Amino acid sequence: MTSKDHDGAAGGTLDTVNGFTDPGLPEHKPRITDVEPAAAKVAERQVAAWFILSMIGTIWFIVSYFLFAPDGSLGRLRLQNAMLGIGAAIALGSVGIGIILWAKTLITDAEVTEDRHSIAGSAEDQAIALEILNQAKEESGIARRPLLRNLLIAAVAIAPLPAVLVLRDLGPLPGDALFRTLWKQGVRLCQDPGGVPEEDRPIKLADVTIGSAFHVIPEKLRESEDPLNEKAKAAVLLMRIRPEELNIEPGRENWSIDGVVAYSKICTHVGCPVALYEHQTHHLLCPCHQSTFDVTNHCKVIFGPAKRPLPQLPIAVDSEGYLVAQSDFHEPVGPTFWEIHTRSTDA
Amino acid sequence: MSNTVTDSKFLTGSARFVESRTGASAAVKEFGRKIFPAHWSFMLGEVALYSFIVLLLSGTFLTLWFKPAMGEMHYEGSFAPLRGVEMSEAYASTLNISFEIRGGLFLRQLHHWAALLFMAALSLHALRIFFTGAYRKPRELNWIVGVALIAMGMAAGFTGYSLPDDLLSGNGLRIIDGLLKSIPLVGTYVSFFLFGGEFPGTDIVSRLYTMHIMLVPAVLIALIGVHLMFVVIHKHTQWPGAGHTEKNVVGEPVLPTFAAKGGGFLFMIFSLLCLIAGLFTINPIWNYGPYDPSPVSAGTQPDWYIGWMDGFLRLMPGWLEFYIAGYPISFNIFSALLVAAVLFGAMIAWPFFEAWLTGDHRDHNILERPRNNPTRTAVGVAATVWYLVMWAAASGDLIAVFFHMSLNDVTYVLRTLFFLGPILGYIVTRRVCLGLQRKDRELVLHGIESGQIIRLPHGEYQERHIAVDPHARWKLTAFESPAPVPARANAKGVVPRSERVRAKFAQFFFENRVEPVTKDELDAAHHDHHGEVEGGHDAELAGAGHGELPKGH
Repeated sequence: MTSKDHDGAAGGTLDTVNGFTDPGLPEHKPRITDVEPAAAKVAERQVAAWFILSMIGTIWFIVSYFLFAPDGSLGRLRLQNAMLGIGAAIALGSVGIGIILWAKTLITDAEVTEDRHSIAGSAEDQAIALEILNQAKEESGIARRPLLRNLLIAAVAIAPLPAVLVLRDLGPLPGDALFRTLWKQGVRLCQDPGGVPEEDRPIKLADVTIGSAFHVIPEKLRESEDPLNEKAKAAVLLMRIRPEELNIEPGRENWSIDGVVAYSKICTHVGCPVALYEHQTHHLLCPCHQSTFDVTNHCKVIFGPAKRPLPQLPIAVDSEGYLVAQSDFHEPVGPTFWEIHTRSTDA
Repeated sequence: MSNTVTDSKFLTGSARFVESRTGASAAVKEFGRKIFPAHWSFMLGEVALYSFIVLLLSGTFLTLWFKPAMGEMHYEGSFAPLRGVEMSEAYASTLNISFEIRGGLFLRQLHHWAALLFMAALSLHALRIFFTGAYRKPRELNWIVGVALIAMGMAAGFTGYSLPDDLLSGNGLRIIDGLLKSIPLVGTYVSFFLFGGEFPGTDIVSRLYTMHIMLVPAVLIALIGVHLMFVVIHKHTQWPGAGHTEKNVVGEPVLPTFAAKGGGFLFMIFSLLCLIAGLFTINPIWNYGPYDPSPVSAGTQPDWYIGWMDGFLRLMPGWLEFYIAGYPISFNIFSALLVAAVLFGAMIAWPFFEAWLTGDHRDHNILERPRNNPTRTAVGVAATVWYLVMWAAASGDLIAVFFHMSLNDVTYVLRTLFFLGPILGYIVTRRVCLGLQRKDRELVLHGIESGQIIRLPHGEYQERHIAVDPHARWKLTAFESPAPVPARANAKGVVPRSERVRAKFAQFFFENRVEPVTKDELDAAHHDHHGEVEGGHDAELAGAGHGELPKGH
């Protein structure tokens, strides 16, 4: 540690670059507080005032904690939050300003120069280190007994395997979970009031007027084993469009009724709910990454990062006039995954 | 400053106690007068460190009340609109922290704002390091530690963001699920193992919690320790300037100046974060409701430092998903992971790449002004532009709404900029740097335009130029402008292919460059236009002849 207060010229030798010689550090100019005792006194009082203000901030925080205790209303909560924040900001900030003011006015500001040394150790140290390592090599016999060394390496290398193995039960294997949903023949389409409803609200065909759209879940969602997991796959959007506007593919003629169509609400990109329905254009827009699906063309992707169309849920009407599924989806819903074509859905 | 006998006796007593048990004097001797150069740009890393301290403190408080469990329950707390609603314990306890615990909302907001500032300070700090070449030998390893800190910071942010189990974070997790499922071959398994089965399951919050409060912070603390240890070993870099050499470091000693300023700055950062947390709402989870896989709010956005990856997902067109023998390659999705790997990989590789192509393996303790290395600066700006285009894309929908533009057009423009932006950024920055270097030359050779017009005896009018002070001139002239090292033959007299590649890169990097002014050039300029630079004025201002070692000092 060689540090020294500089005396005009910098420590060490001065460089010459491109013909110019380093003029050295500029002369240190004293501050007014260095030369005027009165100014230093003023600075001292200012620093003291900041520290006192900090104490006031601390008291402010404590008082606000009790005085503005929340009562469940947002207004009250915001008031307390603001008061606590201001109190803490004053308490901490005043200490900060006080210390920095102290440093800038009263603590010496003369720059100090310290020499740098080579990061690598001296040749002598390196030689000693090498000797120690060689000695360790000799005394342990690690070089002379390759059998022990290699077995040690092998044993340590495979020792973590049990730890990795135990991770196996982090989750079940996918199995056919991604190929089935709660939808099957005869399951009624119910309105989604949010969450997992206590009571089903099945939808009648007559309720679905032209231009309307329903967020739909299967009936008896609550009775399933993992309702949120099931809802995450089975969420559906139901829309009614003038039948002449629909371009129906061969094979899907009877999947809709009078322009009432049902499509998976789970985006085929990365799985956000495709929740925005544009009534005029009959486009479905995913608010997460803006994939856009054309409802009139079997929800084919017309813009954005998704590739696959939203799967269509074939629907029918039961004897009481309620909308029901004809079957499960004919293809997996949600994001594409590696095994997506390895098996067919239950439908 | 009191030197009374009683005081010093007391100090001696306690100091002796500590010293005889810890040998602390060695540490004081080692670190007490360590020198830290003062410059605002060196404080960015400090901001990150101090935000991290705030994160640790506020986060510890939050763990006292947060319940990382996904069991469903009915909310019975004081926030009326959600009373009776079914929700997970995690969400309910977050509501509890916000509404029942006095100061709980303040701590939540403090924690979240500190995380945003932590990542912002880390990023700006990394840019400062890059643009000044501070990562060069001997600091390459510390640069890599810094890159790891950014990656772990993102991991900390992501795992924390997802804990409240509200609608917004749940949809964020769903995007992660989709991203994982897109990974070829193993994606579905990775997703099932992370979530403990199908999305959302009931395990993810407690698993992320363990990561967020134990593993990730432990790694962060370890990395920060190594990072600071390296700063001590290497000693801090310093800006070019008179008296600053490769062999010294000029600045403030730890005790008392740097410790006082740094400590004061810690309090000020803490204070700033408290003020923001008190006055500006962040993540009002009570507005979003508990996680439900069916609804989603429009205009959703991740925290800013995840934005670039989300934006990348938005920019990729769907046709990048294709099938090989029935198996999907969702390149439009999993390439987000590749982009992150490319960016972080490039950052890690850069110091070694630069050393290889310049053949410069010397230690560098003096920073480079960004303009004095135009190609590096241009590459840095290109990468930054690329990042910012992706980042902007994460707000594509909000940009479209705010400026009444078509969402599709915004996306098309950003897709174009994804490719063109970095190229434009590169070209413009390089030209700007070269221009600034020429301006520096001009300044040294012809002095500062004083605005004073003088009339010479023979009637000619001239503007008086004032020569640059030798201290300022040193900063403008004392740098290297390396010429590209041509391909060299090895010992066998053969030029290997790798050497030819290196020479091509070096050529590309350094073919356009501006040389610093040399003393000979300056002398020649003075000789040619003696009237322009007032010799007498020069001497008067600078107190010394051109380029001579000033005698007065």
